[in-house]
Amino acid sequence: MTRQMTGAKMVVQALKDQGVDTVFGYPGGAVLPIYDEIFQQNEIQHVLVRHEQGAVHAAEGYARSTGKPGVVLVTSGPGATNAVTGLTDALLDSIPLVVLTGQVPTFMIGTDGFQEADTVGITRPCTKHNWLVKDTEKLAETIHQAFHVAVTGRPGPTLVDIPKDVQFAQGSYVTPQKSRTDNYQPQMKGDIADITALVEMIEAAERPVFYTGGGVINSGPGASQLLRELVEATGFPITSTLMGLGAYPATGEKWIGMLGMHGLYEANMAMHDCDLMINIGARFDDRITGRIDAFSPGSKKAHIDIDPSSINKVVRVDVPIVGDVGHVLEDLLRIWKSRGRKTNTDALKTWWTQINAWRDVKCLTYTNSDTIIKPQYAVERLEALTRGKDRYVTTEVGQHQMWAAQFMDFNEPGRWMTSGGLGTMGYGLPASVGVQQAHPDALVINVAGDASWLMNMQEMGTAVQFRLPIKQFILNNERLGMVRQWQQLLHGERYSHSWSDSLPDFVKLAEAFGCKGRVVSNPSELDDAIEEMMAYDGPFILDVLVEKHENCFPMIPSGEPHNSMLLGEVEATDAIRGKGATLV
Amino acid sequence: MSALNIKKGSTKKSAYELRDPNAEVFETHTLAVIVDNEAGALARVIGLFSGRGYNIDSLTVAEVDHLGHTSRITIVTRGTPAIIEQIKAQLGRIVPVHDVHDLTVEGPSVERELALFKVRGTGNDRVEALRLADIFRANVMDSTLESFIFELTGTPDKVDAFAELMRPLGLVELARTGVAALSRGSE
Repeated sequence: MTRQMTGAKMVVQALKDQGVDTVFGYPGGAVLPIYDEIFQQNEIQHVLVRHEQGAVHAAEGYARSTGKPGVVLVTSGPGATNAVTGLTDALLDSIPLVVLTGQVPTFMIGTDGFQEADTVGITRPCTKHNWLVKDTEKLAETIHQAFHVAVTGRPGPTLVDIPKDVQFAQGSYVTPQKSRTDNYQPQMKGDIADITALVEMIEAAERPVFYTGGGVINSGPGASQLLRELVEATGFPITSTLMGLGAYPATGEKWIGMLGMHGLYEANMAMHDCDLMINIGARFDDRITGRIDAFSPGSKKAHIDIDPSSINKVVRVDVPIVGDVGHVLEDLLRIWKSRGRKTNTDALKTWWTQINAWRDVKCLTYTNSDTIIKPQYAVERLEALTRGKDRYVTTEVGQHQMWAAQFMDFNEPGRWMTSGGLGTMGYGLPASVGVQQAHPDALVINVAGDASWLMNMQEMGTAVQFRLPIKQFILNNERLGMVRQWQQLLHGERYSHSWSDSLPDFVKLAEAFGCKGRVVSNPSELDDAIEEMMAYDGPFILDVLVEKHENCFPMIPSGEPHNSMLLGEVEATDAIRGKGATLV
Repeated sequence: MSALNIKKGSTKKSAYELRDPNAEVFETHTLAVIVDNEAGALARVIGLFSGRGYNIDSLTVAEVDHLGHTSRITIVTRGTPAIIEQIKAQLGRIVPVHDVHDLTVEGPSVERELALFKVRGTGNDRVEALRLADIFRANVMDSTLESFIFELTGTPDKVDAFAELMRPLGLVELARTGVAALSRGSE
């Protein structure tokens, strides 16, 4: 029995059948029929953003904090093009999204109609897959396929472009169960022979390290549990990328901190000197590897990844395992246990002695001040005063993002939302909106920089309208801090356009949006300001005036290997030369 | 040699595992990509090559299974072994792509291309063109008193060779289909 309904009704029905409770969107001419259907129901809440880019980042925040796909509804033309940055961000960070765009009626496609854009053409390289639906009969099935593709395998954004006449026309509705999804079924189980080969390497390894990434979190909470079990059972040290923070608890004994360009000394040294690197759901990003030809020269490398194209893309590995992290770890643990839970304990003890010596370098040390707030101190206090709470953290992009990653502890997956691959300034505020919408009672903090925050500040209006008590923690140095840092290290201290002139008064801005703000510049008042921010029943902007010229260390300069880290200001002078200077 | 068939979702059993991965030697490979015949499928494949900076030497595409709505895209590409491997993995990741076959490593294959040559000339040149066409087993598709159109089917090398011979004899226009290829044997 098929049910006849209009395309617009079909969209809402399909979302309901997919278990969607929230849609982030912005109406416009080409999606009016769908908005008319949304108006006539109560099951799906629509969150009206202030800009379509904000809708996509909010959906990303929703997706990353819930594990469910985020859903976006925007209109044709500018609605769709404004979504492009968010789509690219979600593609690079493997975030499942389903984006529905309106389109001019089918008979007008190709005529340069009002608000017409070639949406599937524009978004083809920035979605995992996309569809233009020209026939209402195919609409429901296409939306179900979009959900299937977004969450299956390596997650990513999908887009369905729906012309207005398709929304008005009648067609038969198909349920998710009856929709064809067999054409996309990526491999989930890893090859047992390869997993056994990795077990043998684990048993013999003298200086092993787990290098984990966002793939562990994307694989679901079960994968994080299995990872914890594996780490505790083997006693191997574990580091993680920016994307993978929280999969293994930062308070865990085997945790050696984040790795990469601004990662911890002990983590990067362990990566450089290890004899077995076990990459679980990470992709050898250039922020991680530094100079490729000097990347961990003495190690055998294993790589567990659900995406075959990630394997051998950047770094050749000795044991590639294509499969879902959760499935592979389950098999790995089972095989390792059945072979007698062996590790090279004597060598491991020596390895840990070495790692602890690196830890003693205390690479995150900074010079504090009692007259001016150091940004590191601000993040440290934020961590201290919010630890143990039901807390979610989002960030913008830049120095503050790295300090948040360095100084905050993430003990559960899905508690840390940041733009890793694309590095999208303006991500954090809308992402915090999406997280708070999904977790109304949680403490949601966006650690921001002044410049990034301005890029999507209009979303404060969304937060106020929907009573989302997001906390905006702005480390205000009146600079584009990371750009300024690179200009200092790389461009002869010529600070070309890297300061924020004419910044708004953030307290007045908060009041203008109908929420509350406070400015703090004295270190002794910082704790009180953070307490006030948390206690306030509503959105809050805390403008933390920090040291203007603080640099983010440790740092692996571009074009250098892991063991050439800069630990502080003295070493940083004239550190990036030659070929490294052309890298980003 | 079916073990070398790169199934979607697998990078294993590649012949490249036997080679020096760091060799900077450029190789030419013929890939057969089976895709759903849906709007934009070809654009996805071509966009992958341009977006990631891979080469396309030749490309042919047509629906080959009308009932199953699948098309076969035959791509001749160049790159180091690592790049070729990456191209195959990236192709396999495209949602409407069913299979990626590397005919160059899957064993011997038959590669054919069809070309049309318009050759203008009179007198001895005209006689010589006709004689060479006969040697190359090219067919005359059209003739006027001062021109021929020859049709030639063969490997790209054979088409190149014939074109070189025709050039001094009055070659004015050349159309090539690009390579179509199948692996030899019953598989």
